[in-house]
Amino acid sequence: MTEIKFKLNGKKQVIKSNPNRRLLDVLREDFDLTGSKEGCGEGECGACSVLLNGQIANSCCIPLANVDGQDIVTIEGFSKTKEYQVIKDSFAEAGGVQCGFCTPGMIIATQSLLNENPHPSDYEIKIGLSGNLCRCTGYNLIIKSVKLAAKDGDDLW
Amino acid sequence: MVKTHIAKTLNNALEILNSGTYRIVAGGTDMLIQNRSHTGLPIAYKDDVIYINLIDELDYIKEDSKNIYIGATTRLETILRSEKAPNILKDIIHEMAGPGIRHTATLAGNIGNASPAGDSLVALYVLGASIKCQSIDNTRTVKIMDFIQGVRKIDLKSNEMITEIIIAKQDFTRVIFKKVAPRLSDAISKLSFVGAIKIIDNIVEDFRIALGAVSITVVRNEEIENKYRGMPLQEFKDNIDSVISDYEPIIKPIDDQRSNKEYRKHVALNLIKDFIIKS
Repeated sequence: MTEIKFKLNGKKQVIKSNPNRRLLDVLREDFDLTGSKEGCGEGECGACSVLLNGQIANSCCIPLANVDGQDIVTIEGFSKTKEYQVIKDSFAEAGGVQCGFCTPGMIIATQSLLNENPHPSDYEIKIGLSGNLCRCTGYNLIIKSVKLAAKDGDDLW
Repeated sequence: MVKTHIAKTLNNALEILNSGTYRIVAGGTDMLIQNRSHTGLPIAYKDDVIYINLIDELDYIKEDSKNIYIGATTRLETILRSEKAPNILKDIIHEMAGPGIRHTATLAGNIGNASPAGDSLVALYVLGASIKCQSIDNTRTVKIMDFIQGVRKIDLKSNEMITEIIIAKQDFTRVIFKKVAPRLSDAISKLSFVGAIKIIDNIVEDFRIALGAVSITVVRNEEIENKYRGMPLQEFKDNIDSVISDYEPIIKPIDDQRSNKEYRKHVALNLIKDFIIKS
């Protein structure tokens, strides 16, 4: 057991746990934050995406040891921000959600992208979301949602 | 249960490495998958582990007049965004995984993993990169072609770790990267190719080829390259069949779930041909 200190959704946390656990398991089991999903479990689908120091990261591929001293924001924490409201509304309006399993990851990916590039081109959106799989929408509606978020949240990013 | 250490300074890491035999984990994006356990259970490492990704002093990209120096904990995404990093390396990193993995994975990890399909390796072979290995009482630098000895076999002693990747600054007339894979992101290569050529006054001053996933390590052969260096460009192009027959015996791919050996060999030779024709 090792003491790991990190910031989770804005709050300082100290946990004593096995540092070889995956961040995804710690979030879901110890903190009941089930918005991050396990899809593929090997960093290919992005359903487990979180913000690590403000940038998208796959929590299924992060050992707890590597989180010590870092800042983690999950979809639950991000849902309390203005940026989330804009992205959520744009996904709803443009039809970027169907079954919803990939949606938390898609929203985290959108935030990570817009934070670095507030007005991305279609190509840049595809690259920004390239680590997130959706089996329902065919992606066109998601790309449309991101463009709408960039337009509506013009002053936020 | 395995012993686990989290090192936050280089000195601390080297001291720990000097005290036993450890599996070194940086971003962990490959190590977690290789040692994957059931959902909810800790990663099933078979050896004791030292985590090094939080060593900030190794997170850098520096340069001087001759070389570019990339620290061992520098994330792939940092390299992708760096103005100092060679373009060919950035082209490759752009096609490695997705942003979420690139924010935590490292170049040193891709080297230490020593997969024949490691995408960054083809660029590092063509660029003639060197690997700096450090232990508590020694520092040495090894050429990547010597450092990687086989599938997941590297020239690293149990008390050493990779601390830096050194890449000489060099100019080529044309450098091409081609990854053959089912999709742009998140795909392991069926094969990968880097070709580099430097032409001055219609003479082939330099010519280099590296191929990934076609043998137990990345393939680069300086003997073949030397044969064509110094040749007038037209003569080099006229000798295309000879170049292909030189490479043919050293391309020894295997069948696996991603592709088969016939396809890999055929495409590898076609990529070399295409590179020469378009030079």
